[in-house]
Amino acid sequence: MDKYALRCAVEELLAAYAHCLDSDRLEEWPDFFTDPCLYQVLPRENREQGLPIALIYCDSRGMLRDRVVAHRQANIYGPHAYRHLISNLRVCEEPDGTITAQATYTVLRTLLDPVRYGSTEVYSAGEYRDVLVWVEGQLKLREKTVIVDTCRIDSLLVTPL
Amino acid sequence: MQAAAQIAWPRTEGARVPYQVFLDPAIYEQEQERIFRGPTWSYVALEAEFPRPGDFKATFVGETPIVVTRARDGTVHAFVNRCAHRGALVCREPRGNRLRHTCVYHQWTYDAEGNLVGVPFRTGIDGKGGYPADFDPKQHGLQKLRVATYDGLVFASFSATVEPLAEYLGPTMRQWLDRIFNRPIRVLGYTRQFVHANWKLYAENVRDPYHASLLHLFHATFGLYRSTQGGGVWLDRLGRHSVLHSYRRDAEAETAAYRQAGLRSYQATYTLADPSLLAGRQEFPGLVIQTIFPSLVVQQIQNTLAVRQILPKGVDAFELIFTFFGYEDDDEEMLRIRRKQANLVGPAGLISLEDGHATELVQQAIVRDPAASSLVEMGGRTVEDQENLVTETGIRGFWRYYGALMGFTDVPLEDSHG
Ligand code: FES
Ligand SMILES: [Fe+2]
Repeated sequence: MDKYALRCAVEELLAAYAHCLDSDRLEEWPDFFTDPCLYQVLPRENREQGLPIALIYCDSRGMLRDRVVAHRQANIYGPHAYRHLISNLRVCEEPDGTITAQATYTVLRTLLDPVRYGSTEVYSAGEYRDVLVWVEGQLKLREKTVIVDTCRIDSLLVTPL
Repeated sequence: MQAAAQIAWPRTEGARVPYQVFLDPAIYEQEQERIFRGPTWSYVALEAEFPRPGDFKATFVGETPIVVTRARDGTVHAFVNRCAHRGALVCREPRGNRLRHTCVYHQWTYDAEGNLVGVPFRTGIDGKGGYPADFDPKQHGLQKLRVATYDGLVFASFSATVEPLAEYLGPTMRQWLDRIFNRPIRVLGYTRQFVHANWKLYAENVRDPYHASLLHLFHATFGLYRSTQGGGVWLDRLGRHSVLHSYRRDAEAETAAYRQAGLRSYQATYTLADPSLLAGRQEFPGLVIQTIFPSLVVQQIQNTLAVRQILPKGVDAFELIFTFFGYEDDDEEMLRIRRKQANLVGPAGLISLEDGHATELVQQAIVRDPAASSLVEMGGRTVEDQENLVTETGIRGFWRYYGALMGFTDVPLEDSHG
């Protein structure tokens, strides 16, 4: 595929991904992935030491859906909103057709609880390492590893990065 | 000596707690002296984290930065991470391997035990400058802490008088530690959480089985029977350490009890789309949350094993560091199980991410009411072992011991509950 067309397609996917999370359409989030898939949020310190434990580790679309149901129905946390800033994208197409993408992300979190209503802070910074495939003409995430520099999580992590 | 913090401490065996303890900077200062530098053992590391000679880990006792090291002969040491020259942080990395620690400021060099072994320009240059003739490097090592290990857990203490670690833990706590640390372990990773609440609100949380099925709704939401309705709370002789053990009693009776109580906790409307999350191996019966005063929590929740280190970061914040582990003899499948079940706990834990949030809700609400107090009477007003999970006995034990250690009460520390 043409290099620039591919880059455009990946940028479009990442923008759609960010919009989905930032506009609280979590129910659509699992559809960005293939099934099975890998979505993991990995603290940078674990990655550097070759340690396997992740903050979130899902290897099926079902597990992603369960995260969303828990988010909506079970988990207790303060109301908040995200803004994803995704930049420095690099896209690479392997000879076997798999596409890898690497990008820097930042998430600004705005708190919406009564005590800190409307305050925004840098909540998380790190890197996306994605593996993408074409499925029926659509780009899907086969793997997304979120390497979290900000491994000291402020309060909690409930909304996906 | 520093003036003692002023507080009206109620004579209630820990059943009433004035909110001042979560707000007052003078109390926080006094805790650093009387608790974290007092007659206690603070958890600082797992031996498995620094197995080789020269391995070290930078961490904290209370808010004091320290380094835990392994010397050439394999022995474990700890020293305050503050240069004996003019106070700079000597060890500037979270972990690593070296047998010599050199302060970058003027390159004073210490061995793995904290002894001063090198001072540049000690005798000056060309006979000018340098230290006085009576300068004795032996007098200028790093401040050493006492170190003791039990079952591969490393504890440090500033106190010369604290009882030996095994006695400090006591027979009940040792037995529960032995249950989990029954063979060599392997560290699987870390997660960290910065919570905007006083550290003692978390000390309460991990001694509180009452909230388990009420705050945490994951199991109820997905119609999974909580395995938490049979069990009990066991304390050491002073009530400062605790073990919460819960196990599945009778699933049918439990569900009926929830339905009858009309609790929001019972609403099995959903099922897990991918139940592999919970498909573990039978390893330990039930669930255990064990706390060792002041800074350690040991957890076994299904197949997730972790220690949590509680680090106070000012009067209204603490950091919680989870160190996940398995056993050296875990096979590949067991490793996969532990990695997947790690989803359940920690800052993003499906069954427990609420804990830090709950402590923050308290910190936010009490801000202008230091003289008001909380009510800790579930399961009575006494400090004792109880064979049920609707009790706050462990929280009362914590506060009774805390009050005595802080000098707020004249209840003698040896006032045993048996
Ligand atoms: S402060 Fe460390 S060598 Fe001077
Ligand atoms: Fe909890």
